[in-house]
Order: sequence, then C-alpha cells, then structure tokens
Amino acid sequence: DQVLCIVPESIQQVQHLQHLCSTLLLDLWNPLMPEDIRAGEELHVRVPAPLLPEVKHSLDQHMISYRVLVPDVQELVDKSMPRERSKQSQGREGYDYTQYHSMKEIYQWMTEIQQNYSELVTKPFLGMTFENRPMYYLQISQPSNKPKKIIWMDCGIHAREWISPAFCQWFVKEILQNYKSDPKISRFLQNLDLYVLPVLNIDGYIYSWETNRLWRKNRTPYQNGSCYGTDLNRNFNSSWGSIGVSFNCTSDVFCGSGPESEPETRAVAQFIRMKKSDIVCYLTIHSYGQLILTPYGSTTKPPSNNEELMQVGQKAAAALKGKYGTSYKVGPPSLILYNNSGSSRDWTHMIGIPLSYTFELRDNGTYGFVLPANQIQPTCEETM
Amino acid sequence: RAMELPPGRVPAGRVAAVAAGFVRFQRGGPARALALRALRGVRAQDIKDVGHKYYLDLELEDVLDKDSTVNCTAEVLYHLGNKNIAPDVQFTLERELKSTEEADHMFYTRIRSLEKELVAENIPDSHGHVPPELEPLHLLAWVASGYVTWQNSTENTQLQLAQIKHVKQVKRSDEYLQFDYVVLLHEMVSQEMIPWEMTVLWHPQDGVQVTRESRQPRH
Repeated sequence: DQVLCIVPESIQQVQHLQHLCSTLLLDLWNPLMPEDIRAGEELHVRVPAPLLPEVKHSLDQHMISYRVLVPDVQELVDKSMPRERSKQSQGREGYDYTQYHSMKEIYQWMTEIQQNYSELVTKPFLGMTFENRPMYYLQISQPSNKPKKIIWMDCGIHAREWISPAFCQWFVKEILQNYKSDPKISRFLQNLDLYVLPVLNIDGYIYSWETNRLWRKNRTPYQNGSCYGTDLNRNFNSSWGSIGVSFNCTSDVFCGSGPESEPETRAVAQFIRMKKSDIVCYLTIHSYGQLILTPYGSTTKPPSNNEELMQVGQKAAAALKGKYGTSYKVGPPSLILYNNSGSSRDWTHMIGIPLSYTFELRDNGTYGFVLPANQIQPTCEETM
Repeated sequence: RAMELPPGRVPAGRVAAVAAGFVRFQRGGPARALALRALRGVRAQDIKDVGHKYYLDLELEDVLDKDSTVNCTAEVLYHLGNKNIAPDVQFTLERELKSTEEADHMFYTRIRSLEKELVAENIPDSHGHVPPELEPLHLLAWVASGYVTWQNSTENTQLQLAQIKHVKQVKRSDEYLQFDYVVLLHEMVSQEMIPWEMTVLWHPQDGVQVTRESRQPRH
C-alpha cells in the first residue's frame, strides 16, 4: 500500500479525484472527506497495492501530478506496533523470541543463527558440562583489519532464571537483525566484538525444565550422590568460600569443593583468562531483583574504578527506566543485596576487566523466577 | 541521597519487602494484591535497647491494574534480642483503594457453589502462566504470604512467594472460605526454596486470615 500526495490544479482535477476516491473507496488521510478536496491544497490518500496501477494510470491520463509520500504502509505499521506479532517477535528462522525455549531448541537456534548470519557469526566450543553436554558461545564479529576489543555476556548461570537465556537470545536477534540498518549497532560492531553464551549452566537448565522448575545450581553429584549441584556463581576464584556461601552440598549456595571445581566454571574461566587483555566489559545476566550490580560482593571496599562503574551503571538504569518505567537500582551487592564470594563478576574484575556487571532482570518478586512469558518482550526491550 | 544505608545495615530492599508484604496482607484479597513498585526513600534509626527502626517511602502498585499506583509511608522496627518476634510494622496509604466488592462477591459465590472441593497445582506454571479462573487463588496465596513474610523475616532473611505447589479448598460449616496451601518461599540470602504450609481463611467482609503457617522440611 502506498500513500500518495497530490495537489489538484483545477476544478476538473478536483472533480476527477473526488470521483476516484468515491468509486474506489480510497482511504483519504487528508482531507477526510472527498467534498473537502480543494484545488491548490495537498491531498493525501492511501491506495491499496492492487489498485495502485489503476489509480496511477488514471492520474497520468488526467495529467494530475503526484508523488509517493509513504512507499510502504505495512512497514510503518510494523515499526510502530512492536507488540504485534511482527518481525519483532519472530526471527528470520520463524523462532518465537517471546516464549521460553528448551535447551534442545536453543542448541538448534544457535546452529541456525550461525548459518543464517555466517558472515559475522561463529559458534566456538567452550567446554563440556558435568553431564557431558557441549557448551558453545556465539561470536559476533564484523570482519575488519583492525583488532577489536570484546564484550562478553553470559546468561543462565542459575538454572531457574529463565528470563536470562531468553534475554541472550533476544539480544543476539536484535543485533543481527538490525546491524545493517541501525547506525548505532553498526558503529558498535565496527569497534567491538560480542561474545554471547546463552546458557552457561546447561545441565541445571535442563533439570529445571524436566524435573524441578526452581533448581538453581549445576548437577554435579557430591557425597556419593546424596546431594547434587554447586552454585556456579559462588564457584569462581574471587575470595572463594569466604562469605555468603555454604560448604554443605544440600545448600543452594554451596560453593563447590574448591574454586573452579566445576567443569562449567572452568570452561568459562579458562577462556576469559586467555582473552582478558582484550575484554573491556563483562556482563552476566540473572533474575530477579531489577538491579545492576557492580563489584564486589565479598567486601565493601570499593573497586579502584568505582566511580566509572557507578556512572556507567546509573546511565544504564536511566535508559532502562526510560522505556517502560521499570526502576533498577545500581550498586555493589554487599550494600544493596547480600554478601557473597566466588561470583563471576567479582572474579572478572579482579583479573583486570574494567567494567563488570551483574544484571538482575525483572521482576521485583511478584512472579520472581517464574516470570510469565508475556513479560519477555518488554523485559528484553528495556534491557536492550 | 538517603537511599543506601551505611554498611552494616540491612539492605533497603529487604526492609521494603517486609513492609510491602505487611501492607499486602492487610489490604489484600482474591481481587487485590499490592506489590512493591519502587522504594523512594529510606532512613534508619537506632533505638537504644530496643532495636533498629526504618522509615520508608514506598510506591505500591495493584498487580491487577499496574497503572494504578499508591504511595505509602511505613515504619519497620526490628527488635533487638529475641529474633522470634516479628518486626513491628505501621503504614499509611496516601489514598483509599478502589473497592473490589463486585469481584470479591463473584469469587465468593463461585467457590461456595462448587460441588467438589477445588484442588490445583503449580501456580504459576513453569512458563509463568496462571489460568484466569485460578488467578484469585494465586492472589490470595500471595496476600497470605505477605503475612508469612512479615512473621518470619529477620534482618538476615528475605522471603518471597515463588510458587504455589498445591492448593486445596476445605469446605466449612461457617461462612468462611478455607484454602490449605503448600507453597514454595524463596529465601533471597540463602537462595533456598522452602516449602511452607499455610491455612488461609477469607470472607468478603472480613479480609484475609492466616490461621496456620508452618515451615516444612526440604525434600
């Protein structure tokens, strides 16, 4: 459908246009009624696609000049109504980003994404989980002859926080669908590479789908199989085991048998250690709580670049709030949440990555971990 | 900004959750549950030999009507010494809440007219979905959990309703509706999921009562 802009120059032209609009029942945008069409005044009319040739021919025949105001009405409609089932919630692959997906679907999605956007995406292997499942991340890197710095983002370190992997998938989709048309994203990719790990705790995630929706840890057995799972976000080598943990493996904050005792932790830590001089920002996505957490959780002593961390964090919270009014608090967990040690965010900052953040997404406890799927879209949009 | 309390104090969010839970319990029902939208301000005060007092400025929202928010000032006093006493909570809402008489009445007559006692599980389900006809039971549990949170939170714990595992209606000879719940409460600091039983009574004119609540052993 197109919207045409016409300026009739004579009474005959006005009459002809009035006739055209009435017989074809065209959608007048301006003026609203055919009887208000005036010579010398702009007329805006939407013409359905099948009628376009006929209308344009008729205008030409009567020597009525026109120009195309809106070349594609549907495109405008889609852009202005993101909540409709449009390109926003479905990918090129027909993937529904507004629903939660099983690990099997996520593996498939990763393969398809890499194939569909192979000009910038690779799917490198990171390591194996305890239950022997492969961990892959997506590397989004625009080919260039200059070396680029890296932003790392991981999701799903805690099994029950389903909104987190949903966000990673949404994020990848947004970047890839818009990198050619959105100048901000395209500039971003000229200077930075994005490494996204959609599900870090794969075994736990699957367990939360199949057995216990509210499971948190991974699935390593301890004490001869009498209890399972380490809290991977207490298992990193940052003041490991010092505070906010339990050494009892039945606890949901069991920190493991030692720093990096878990294969998932090791896989991520080894990789980040190797790349640390190129990583400028580390993001780890959790739920719930609506918080942007800065280092540290294990001590109230502020990190060396605390001001910068807080400034960037506050800007992020403000931008987030601007979208749907959702309020996020910014600060170190030791002050606004609870003390904890062995977190990935603390560890990455301690080894030298300057900007390290934990995002705790929606909500504030109303649904908590069991966030309804209809909140995926607004949560992801505001966090983008 | 009077937002962050000095180190050593309870994180502001934790105190706000207790206050919001208390307000939710006092003012809630199957057609209304108030949630914490934002914490505007907080101030702490040490009262010698008594305890820690917090003055809070809260913005609450009606879960069923998110655009309708109400400001609330609250005071929470955690007592020194005996950790088994619930904190004292007082609050004022800046305006009266819309009446839920009609919805309350509809729910009440619907449940009273059921032939078989209502039973349901896993609310919300894994995808966060609650069937519309079970929404009042969801809200009722959430309101009742406000009471449990208030009674059982300390300065080192923060309880939040995670999910209803099981709910069973129990028919009574008097006018009250009774529901026996088994819920999972999420304790933020230890991250534990704690099964909890609660017996909830409700009548349109009377508000919500929790006549029995007891923490269950895990697994």
